Amino acid sequence: MELSSVAAVLSAALAVFAAAFGISKIGKAAMEAISRQPESAGNIRTSMIIVAALIEGVALFAVVICFMAL
Amino acid sequence: MILSRTYRILIVMLLALALPGASSFCAHAEDDAVTSAAIQPVSPVQTDSVSAHTGLEMPSDSAARADAAPMVAGIAPEAEPFNPKKMVMEHLADSYDWHITTFKGRHISIPLPVIVKSSTGWHVFMSNRITGGGTYKGLYIAKEGSHEGKIVEDVDGDQRRPIDISLTKTACGILVVCAIMLVLFLTAARAYKKRNEVDYCPKGLAGLLEWLIDSILDSVIKPCVGENYLKFAPYLLTAFFFIFCSNLLGLVPFFPGGANITGNIAVTLVLAVATFLAVNLFGTKEYYKEIFWPDVPVFLKAIPLMPVIEFIGIFTKPFALMMRLFANIMAGHSIILSISCIIFATAHLGAAVNGSMTAISVLFMVFMNCLELLVAFLQAYVFTMLSSVFIGLAQVKHEE
Repeated sequence: MELSSVAAVLSAALAVFAAAFGISKIGKAAMEAISRQPESAGNIRTSMIIVAALIEGVALFAVVICFMAL
Repeated sequence: MILSRTYRILIVMLLALALPGASSFCAHAEDDAVTSAAIQPVSPVQTDSVSAHTGLEMPSDSAARADAAPMVAGIAPEAEPFNPKKMVMEHLADSYDWHITTFKGRHISIPLPVIVKSSTGWHVFMSNRITGGGTYKGLYIAKEGSHEGKIVEDVDGDQRRPIDISLTKTACGILVVCAIMLVLFLTAARAYKKRNEVDYCPKGLAGLLEWLIDSILDSVIKPCVGENYLKFAPYLLTAFFFIFCSNLLGLVPFFPGGANITGNIAVTLVLAVATFLAVNLFGTKEYYKEIFWPDVPVFLKAIPLMPVIEFIGIFTKPFALMMRLFANIMAGHSIILSISCIIFATAHLGAAVNGSMTAISVLFMVFMNCLELLVAFLQAYVFTMLSSVFIGLAQVKHEE
């Protein structure tokens, strides 16, 4: 295996790790918020999905770049 | 009433789908057995396992397209190992014919029209002339190189791509989705037109669709877009149902499904461009002012730092939409295909290993398919929601 593909795979793993970290923080905060205020669960879920999608978008950029370097 | 009509329409649709397929079933493997054997590496291991696990194999398996023709009993010592990467890639890629199954070494597939403009002018013909490795008017499907799997012609000694607007498998899949959506929504619309005081509540299909549309409209479009949401609701709902139907059909492994529609970046590109146009063509004056002359200290605008970032932001939002849908569906399909590859990859390890790995693979496949059902809905939902949010952000009104 070439060095560049090793680097690409490692950076893909890094991007996924960072995205997982970010989304887990969102999920944690949303869970806590919902348990505190169950009546506003719908609004919280909507905002949670939007923010998670924004993080996922950045992570996908990174994964695409890694894929091109592979 | 509605139910019986739904059934009738479904039956008619199934017939309409099945008849052209049945009339033009082609089996082009046998004629080309010699040529394909000469060009493509023969893999008896895989052939063997395909025939052994017909029940478990995905019916749209096209990996065995060229390899299955020469049936070899037993395992040849010089057999090439099963190549999972190639098999997965072949399933995810677009193709010129709709491969249904391989039965006893014969390929059953529906040929689709090829429309190309080569150096000798326009050509329209059915794809079964070339999919077996044949050549038609100088056009053939490249086996390797940068145009692998695409129609090429030889001009002055090098391969060249003609202008290709063929009705490929993905394009055909889009038409199937359109047909399904037309039937669903026209039926529901007719039920609405016919209702009266006695029978006011929609039933059956119309009731199901009303529930779905209402929930998307109330929970996504209304809060995200803002006050003039009715202007954008038709586009957003169409996008939602198109993506949802395509995702679900992509999970069905046999004929009317099986095309990788939303896992094709060209399709998601068009969807993202549609959202891009909806956001920017209907953006208010304040939206453009916030991009090019925002309310920030002047030195941030004099050196156009903020405007440049905001301007790039216009394009990154739909780009992320495109990549998200494409990558999610593509990843889901490749995971399911990779899991099914376990069966064929362990075929030469003996009955015990292969049997247990098959059981594991089937269990995982069921699990992944359930997960993909969730993803199919979630990605359509997320696409609709983000499109609504972007449209809503472009509808800013100056606060008095």
